[in-house]
Amino acid sequence: MRILEAQEVTKAFGGVVAVNKVNFNVEQGLVNGLIGPNGAGKTTLFNQITGMDVPTSGKIIFDGNDITGLPAWKISRLGIARTFQNIRLYNDLTVVENVMMGLHFKVGSDPFHHRLAQAFRSYFNAGKENRELYTRALEWLEFFNLTHVKDEFARNLPYGNQRELEIARALASEPKILFLDEPAAGMNPAETEHLMKIINRIKEHGVTVVLIEHDMKLVMNICDNITVLSFGQKIAEGTPEEIKSNPLVIEAYLGREDD
Amino acid sequence: MDTLIQYLQYFVNGITLGSIYALIALGYTMVYGILKFINFAHGDILMVGAYIGLLTYTALLGSSTSAVWMLAAFFIAMIISMAFCALLGMFIERVAYKPLRNANRLAPLLSAIGVSFILSNGAAWIFGAQSRRFPYPFDDTPIVIAGLSITPHQILTMAVSVIMMIVLTLFVNKTKMGKAMRATSLDQSTSELMGIDANKIISMTFAIGSALAAVGGILASFDFRVYASMGTMTGLKAFVAAVIGGIGNIQGAMIGGILLGVLESIGAPLLGIPSALRDTIAFAALIIILLVRPEGILGKNEREKV
Repeated sequence: MRILEAQEVTKAFGGVVAVNKVNFNVEQGLVNGLIGPNGAGKTTLFNQITGMDVPTSGKIIFDGNDITGLPAWKISRLGIARTFQNIRLYNDLTVVENVMMGLHFKVGSDPFHHRLAQAFRSYFNAGKENRELYTRALEWLEFFNLTHVKDEFARNLPYGNQRELEIARALASEPKILFLDEPAAGMNPAETEHLMKIINRIKEHGVTVVLIEHDMKLVMNICDNITVLSFGQKIAEGTPEEIKSNPLVIEAYLGREDD
Repeated sequence: MDTLIQYLQYFVNGITLGSIYALIALGYTMVYGILKFINFAHGDILMVGAYIGLLTYTALLGSSTSAVWMLAAFFIAMIISMAFCALLGMFIERVAYKPLRNANRLAPLLSAIGVSFILSNGAAWIFGAQSRRFPYPFDDTPIVIAGLSITPHQILTMAVSVIMMIVLTLFVNKTKMGKAMRATSLDQSTSELMGIDANKIISMTFAIGSALAAVGGILASFDFRVYASMGTMTGLKAFVAAVIGGIGNIQGAMIGGILLGVLESIGAPLLGIPSALRDTIAFAALIIILLVRPEGILGKNEREKV
């Protein structure tokens, strides 16, 4: 089943068309890969879908609703979480507090929804609620093997752990889809190995994953289907096996053989 | 013994004055915490608050002389003034600051100074240049305890300020909206990823800050009268208080405000400064804190990343 559908999405920056009439489908419960050479428009497409930017034309349908052009906070409330190439954490909060943030502003719990009544209720339950959130945050840290650094400031974590923390926080908000933008960038082979395990466990958890990645070993190993972009256009989609043997994809990555 | 009591008296007066500074400083500090921007129109909002408070109070009171109704009318007037200023603050943010949010940092600052002129000159135009007295809603005969005299309006000022500060602290720390506000002040773009509507939080921050300024304005007018430019000096001092406490830090604004009030009140007699020059104390304190601890008492030392 398609949980998200980008229809003919185009994004132009002045004269440069970064994404050109791309149709991109995300299948529920699977790991969907998005690959392509540098500058192919992968992150730009992510930005259109997650509300960081407004598409020039085209439509984005999520769970049957048109979400084209909605602001990022609204899209994240609907259940679309994402991580970034350049990690975005609350640097001045500790690791466990970062995860608590994700839990606190969980999908569907609008802090403005019940206004006064909610404010009063949340006040009287604050202590209990905080203890609960703390316990649940620790469970997430356990899941990511981050328990030993729970009281470190996020800014002091090694790079690989910061990426994991960003994913942990995104997952804690219980999204329906998780968009990961180059999660393995800058990771060493052992960390990448660990990341693959994590992504598989996320899938087992029932969360749909969309993944931009350059590490082909990772992509071919864990993706159920792959979409390939080149110069802003979709040039192929299919299973990892199909993509590996697609001549257009090989050409896009290696260039045409001149004879 | 006499001098001791005298200084205790200055201390009490200082705390009263300081709690007014603190209420106003909170508005500066909360807006700075979220937008990293000094709202220079904040002082004039306290002036508007004082006028609205005075007008509604006189209108509500009519010719009644009932002691109970006087006090009730005062609190009703204060609440109306808070609501009015909250809306005014949100409106100003919407028309004068929001369109400039992605502009050069100087642009909203200049816009704020413009708003400040519009408010103070607008008030002078509507209400005239004459200053008005804010009548005490009760008999203001000082109560003398062991040589210390304290007036009912000083007690009212302290009580109202303390209640406001407690309510604000509970709101910010314990409620979900308060937490969303703190999250936004830590990192706005990350908070949007958490599903927090930053625009709403910013509006709310202006509303709360302006409502507190209205209270500060009304309480200040017992001592300083109500006039169109009353917000300039009081606003500036509250800003100094916010910087002393650590701008962006809510507890800091409270501490800074009270500290500044006490310094002003005790400093002048202690250093033998003529009382006409006592305003210099606040600004001398600002210079000293900027030299010694530029991040303020509770502020965090933010080193520029290289």
